[in-house]
Amino acid sequence: MPDRTPVLAARRLSVGYEGRAVLSSIDVFAAPGSSIALVGPNGSGKSTLLRTFASLIDPVEGAVEVCGSPARAASTRIGYLNQFHANATTLPLRVSDVVHMGRFDRRGRFARRSAADNEAVTDALERMRVSDLADESLRDLSGGQRQRVFLAQVLARRADLLLLDEPTSGLDATARTVLFAALDEERQRGAVVVTATHDVGEASRCDRVMLLSGRLIADGPADVVLTPDNLLATFGIGLVRSGDQLLVTDSGHHHDDHTGHEH
Amino acid sequence: MSNLIDPFVRNEFLLRSLIAGILVSIACAIVGTYVVLRGMAFVGDALAHGVLPGVAGAVLLGAPVLVGAAVGAGVMIAGVTFITARSRLSNDSAIGLLFIGLLALGVVLVSSSDSLTGDLEAILFGEFLGVSTSDLVIQAVALVVVGAVCAFAARPLLVLCFDADMADAMGYRVRRYHRLLLVLVAGTVVVSFQAVGSLLVFGMLLAPAGAAALVTRRVGSMMVVGSVIGVLSTYLGLLASYHFDWAAGASVVLCAVAIFFLVLISTSVRRRGASRA
Repeated sequence: MPDRTPVLAARRLSVGYEGRAVLSSIDVFAAPGSSIALVGPNGSGKSTLLRTFASLIDPVEGAVEVCGSPARAASTRIGYLNQFHANATTLPLRVSDVVHMGRFDRRGRFARRSAADNEAVTDALERMRVSDLADESLRDLSGGQRQRVFLAQVLARRADLLLLDEPTSGLDATARTVLFAALDEERQRGAVVVTATHDVGEASRCDRVMLLSGRLIADGPADVVLTPDNLLATFGIGLVRSGDQLLVTDSGHHHDDHTGHEH
Repeated sequence: MSNLIDPFVRNEFLLRSLIAGILVSIACAIVGTYVVLRGMAFVGDALAHGVLPGVAGAVLLGAPVLVGAAVGAGVMIAGVTFITARSRLSNDSAIGLLFIGLLALGVVLVSSSDSLTGDLEAILFGEFLGVSTSDLVIQAVALVVVGAVCAFAARPLLVLCFDADMADAMGYRVRRYHRLLLVLVAGTVVVSFQAVGSLLVFGMLLAPAGAAALVTRRVGSMMVVGSVIGVLSTYLGLLASYHFDWAAGASVVLCAVAIFFLVLISTSVRRRGASRA
């Protein structure tokens, strides 16, 4: 009998800072192998919601459960990718050491790297195509290469819940394809992938899209949610989805030309 | 050759200073590594200056200097923690005002007592050549404690330096480990300031670890290389002090800072050469 416990569960969740809600009445139940995209412009609350899932901030109301436990007690089951890594250019760290860091909380305080640790790290480096950089210094890499290393670090955790804040930031087309393939593999083994993004192409790959703009604008499958009206309400300009791209239309407030822009 | 070794063989006080410098250098390199990695230079500087009013107060009250320094550093930690958690002003501004305030308080305390005025130079710039055997014991114990704590907390501290949010998401108690770092910095300052002084101790925290950061690719290596640079600075500084009659603490810190800039320049030149090739 398969385990029916949702990997991520939250009911009537309000999130924000210092008791002030940015988003309210959010319900999330994510079954194993599913994916959710949190989509919205800057300041829409998507990163705040993601950080609440990761228990980096306490909910204003409600609670988050991961695999049936309070999120804070389930940290080893969570892999979190931060949007910013301010110290990445100054730390004297090798790429392999950075990825191994993702396994620290799975080992005893003084325990050496286990065979499982080495296998998880080697596999993650290969899946993000950064094995050849393993002995390089992190600070010597380009921004895109560093982002692939950070993603490998999250993959190495073999987590049940992957919380990724703008994971395609700085990635070229090839690296994005590599990432999407890796995330598909994560879902196939039962992990839930939650992505905060303003990239509609990335969002349309997910089972569920939550459009956010200070409130929940729409919630459901990509084909149902990513409509011109919903996108107008979310981004404040007229947008039409065309494959993986968003095209600016003349129905918006700010643009009256027909030039297409990838959003 | 005799000029390089004889001064330490023939003068017991200089040998004691060298041993003290080695102990202080290693402790400063270990803790300084985290100061550099976590970007805590300004907070560390503030903690180093916070000992002044504590020491002045202790001397006025007839209490042990070390206790006064610890109280001063404790007040600074409390102030920094409060500001970091509560202030809507930038941390740099608020912490800067706090440390200038405590420094001013220290000077006021010193100037209020004729007996203290002569001690001001020793507090600010240290008494490297006046290190006693009991000072050495305290510094050795401090080094063991610093080493043990950093070994015990090595992984959480590394993740904290890499990304505090990631450390939090992994279940490490970020505030607790940040406070631990503040206590480690304060403790190292307290046991080191007698040698190099409250104004200069921060140079020993920052310069060797900073130079090591430029040439290493692992945190453990950074601590080892930082320790070697710190010990070398101590040796060269004391030697210069002996031969040229320079102030010992300032000579040691000057050597450490000079080595930092030599390493900085040589790595920049090497990198530029590599990019042209």
